[in-house]
Amino acid sequence: MRLREIAHSRTGDKGNISNISVIAYDAKHYPLLREQVTSERVKAHFAGVVEGEVVRYELPNLSALNFVMTQALGGGVTRSLALDAHGKSLSSALLDLDIEPGSDDK
Amino acid sequence: MRTIRIGSGAGYSGDRIEPALELAEKGDIQYLVFECLGERTVALAQQARMKNPEGGYDPLLEERMRAVLPQCAAKGIKIVTNMGAANPEAAARRTAEIAKSLGLSALKIAAIVGDDVLDACKDGDLPIMEFDGTIKQLGNRLLSANAYLGAEPMAEALKSGADIVITGRASDPALFLAPMIHAFGWAMDDWNLLGQGTVAGHLLECAGQITGGYFADPGYKDVPDLARLGFPIGEVGEGGSLVITKVAGSGGAVTARTCKEQLLYEVHDPRQYFQPDVVADFSQVSIEEIGPDRVRVSGGRGHQRTDTLKVSVGYVDSYIGEGQISYAGPGALARGRLALEIVRERLKLTGVASSELRFELVGVDSLHGAEISNRANEPYEVRVRVAGRTENLREAVRIGNEVETLYTNGPAAGGGAWKSARDVVAVASVLLPRELAKPQVRFVGA
Repeated sequence: MRLREIAHSRTGDKGNISNISVIAYDAKHYPLLREQVTSERVKAHFAGVVEGEVVRYELPNLSALNFVMTQALGGGVTRSLALDAHGKSLSSALLDLDIEPGSDDK
Repeated sequence: MRTIRIGSGAGYSGDRIEPALELAEKGDIQYLVFECLGERTVALAQQARMKNPEGGYDPLLEERMRAVLPQCAAKGIKIVTNMGAANPEAAARRTAEIAKSLGLSALKIAAIVGDDVLDACKDGDLPIMEFDGTIKQLGNRLLSANAYLGAEPMAEALKSGADIVITGRASDPALFLAPMIHAFGWAMDDWNLLGQGTVAGHLLECAGQITGGYFADPGYKDVPDLARLGFPIGEVGEGGSLVITKVAGSGGAVTARTCKEQLLYEVHDPRQYFQPDVVADFSQVSIEEIGPDRVRVSGGRGHQRTDTLKVSVGYVDSYIGEGQISYAGPGALARGRLALEIVRERLKLTGVASSELRFELVGVDSLHGAEISNRANEPYEVRVRVAGRTENLREAVRIGNEVETLYTNGPAAGGGAWKSARDVVAVASVLLPRELAKPQVRFVGA
């Protein structure tokens, strides 16, 4: 299934850094997110977009992950050549990620 | 327990006007905050002030003030805003004139000055955080340097009886923290209270982004009545309790989901959200729906503030030239790709000097590049887009020209060409020892 089925997401921007939250709709899916939505997968998903590193922060209280991606906004929001200089649309791209369903979801 | 209600009347400089009026009329609020100053806006405003010494404040100041002042004055609602941009005193003088013209001469209006730290930054020749270089190395491209001030001077203005507080660069959450510090007498070293107050300010500062804006995804996250989106209200208790809500009957929704998304918006390490007044810690925050459009947010904490203030440095970075043209119907994608190849070759042939170029098809790969986009089916229409970075305006103009000439020299049936060339004012950051910024409160006579 797609990540979109179990999580929602929002992108924020600061300079050349983009952060993307991934929040489980239902707390029971948080372990799936932790297991499968790794920094490495996010970095690979955004090949060609994110030139720097991807760091993941965990927020178990909110059943949420926060990904911080450096060198991700075409040199920075205020100077980027990109149509979406803020990277606001990146969250939708991440929700397209493939997730292997847990035993409850099959 | 004492509680105040703070309304958030704007989330950026161009935001809708009437939700703030709705908050003033029906929100039962004591404070109305307008956050209108983007990262680079103060640099652009500084350019405007250089052309006109009475200019350099937010272009919508007059429209917003005219819309809400009668209601705010009648109900005693205090206004806090960063619409002063590069010239808070001129904004305060203009607001006083507007108030007078509305018959509201008794309003006390304060400007906060001192965020302009250009001289201090030059004296220290501070290093730039985003790239190798110093302030002085920016030379005559340097436009402005403004420190993110904290809540203290705004709280002081409120304590001195200000009805309207107009600041320039200040941290966005601090605009909301100031009324809390003023109303409850919070100590400036009660880090946990300041941390939880920062959570409140952070959630409220983007206005509609917590009431259902930047959120709707039909079939997954549906939001009612976005055309009449209501802006948020924070109910803050003197012990730091917080409920996010909105005006009953307005559009949108306040839910645990909207609050979670906004809590993490523009946050990096949730344990360390650096603010001028505190290093806030969002890692233990809990979010709970307690009623329709009522969400309780608790658990924000904080640690001692740092010795430095972040300074936003505006500078002329480069120039950007751009051109677009559309193709449709069968073969649109192939003609769009052919058009890109032609422009790529033309820019080489004619020797356009650029340090960076983008060739893309809007509707195909412009947002996330070719790799992610390859899976998609062929679109009915595409829009060619070429953008490039240059050292001067003349070169930038040539990029758009090479797209426009596709009309008569490029693939069949290209339509709707458009071009632009502009200078790019960008921002970078430096850290300034905090004692070098000296904010002051200045009242103007209404």
